[in-house]
Amino acid sequence: MERIIRVLVAKPGLDGHDRGAKVIARALRDAGMEVIYTGLRQTPEQIVQAAVQEDVDVVALSILSGAHNHLFPRVVELLKEAGADDVLVFGGGVIPEDDIPFLKSKGIAEVFGPGTPTQTTVDFIRANLKRK
Amino acid sequence: MTEYPSGSILAGDIRACARLISALENGDEEAYRSLASLNGKTGHAQIIGVTGPPGSGKSTLTDKMIGVLRARGMRVGVVAVDPSSPFSGGAILGDRLRMQGHATDPGVFIRSLASRGKLGGLSEATHAAVTVLDAAGYDVVIIETVGVGQSEIDIVRVADTVLLISVPGLGDDIQVIKAGIMEIGDVFVVNKSDREGSDRVVREIRAMLETQVMLKRGSSVPAGPDTLASRFEEAAHHRLAPESVTGAGIAHGALRADNTAPDMPPVVKTVAETGEGVEAVVDAVLALHARAVASGELAARRYKSARFRLRDMALKRALKTLADGEGAALTDTLARDIVEGKKDIYGAAGELFAVLSRGGKL
Repeated sequence: MERIIRVLVAKPGLDGHDRGAKVIARALRDAGMEVIYTGLRQTPEQIVQAAVQEDVDVVALSILSGAHNHLFPRVVELLKEAGADDVLVFGGGVIPEDDIPFLKSKGIAEVFGPGTPTQTTVDFIRANLKRK
Repeated sequence: MTEYPSGSILAGDIRACARLISALENGDEEAYRSLASLNGKTGHAQIIGVTGPPGSGKSTLTDKMIGVLRARGMRVGVVAVDPSSPFSGGAILGDRLRMQGHATDPGVFIRSLASRGKLGGLSEATHAAVTVLDAAGYDVVIIETVGVGQSEIDIVRVADTVLLISVPGLGDDIQVIKAGIMEIGDVFVVNKSDREGSDRVVREIRAMLETQVMLKRGSSVPAGPDTLASRFEEAAHHRLAPESVTGAGIAHGALRADNTAPDMPPVVKTVAETGEGVEAVVDAVLALHARAVASGELAARRYKSARFRLRDMALKRALKTLADGEGAALTDTLARDIVEGKKDIYGAAGELFAVLSRGGKL
């Protein structure tokens, strides 16, 4: 049997809009993945603890508040501290083009803006899993 | 060197536990060996099952119960099951959403599992996941089932104590006396009890339980409002252990209080959202467990459950042996023979069964 991909979809920061995160969660579900949805206003610490306990392959972060330059790298850092640096981390939401190189340099594998077809995200996950 | 060292599990290493649970879910042989190496180190945790219809408040109640148990110094593991899609195989595991307040508490471990095609309200690996958390030293392991309907009762084969949640507005008193789910509760919770109709649900459950006790005894149903069940409920509201209602002063009515207590499950009203009644639920669950340990009922229940699960697993292997081995071809042939009228199904089944006793060989 093919191993089922597990993904944590989380919303760090303080904005209250999770429509995008829910659409992604639903698309990944329909692509045969198990999606753990942790809801709004999560701290990086909460997200990383959940990722470790849930033993996920992927952490998908969605943010609209503008705090991505702080929160995204923090999640990557904490995952590393927890010995879980084999987890693929990517982000989405309203993120200026100019910030993307910085985020990538901090270990965010990819950033998807509004309007990205969900299939792109699905394909990205399948092609970039770090764990066998 | 195993990939899942039992030493790390026993030491409560979060990542090791999490990875072992995944491997068990995926049917990894090495993970089974690791689980076997935990033999003799488990059985200490109280396993509480939380079940009820979708949206009845299982996750919210679990969240609040974690808080109460933590305040009493107990370490809590949670295994929360949500359904897998029968179409894509994917799942949205959303129980954790309500419990994220406990995410960074080192005394709490929450794990979401998808049902992966299993229909009884749990996933295949649920019991294995509970065993891992038990070995890792959690005092209590709460299993939250998928939202259930009328007959998903696998939880009763895994949990020591089953909490069955009802909510107002789902049906009349006939729903309450139907066979299936209503038969497996050790503690009955009426959640969202701030809504209209909650008292009626409590009354109907109580009446059902009283009838059950009466039928077990072979005596008639008592008249009058002052019944033992109502006292259990009252006691639960006043945070008393269920035993405390069995005093000599309440022996009027048809029920003899002194010998009724063990078989009358408590009924507790809650508003999980606000935490109201949750202390009483925890009191009831812990008191029942303590009593079951002392009386030997727990050991008997675990034996019965293990026996059931063992047969279930052996049966599954038998089916797999038939499907994978040479039995598959014979199955095709026999099915054709049956349709063409050359063989009857009982005789054909006998032939197929004989293959099983030869380990799948013709």
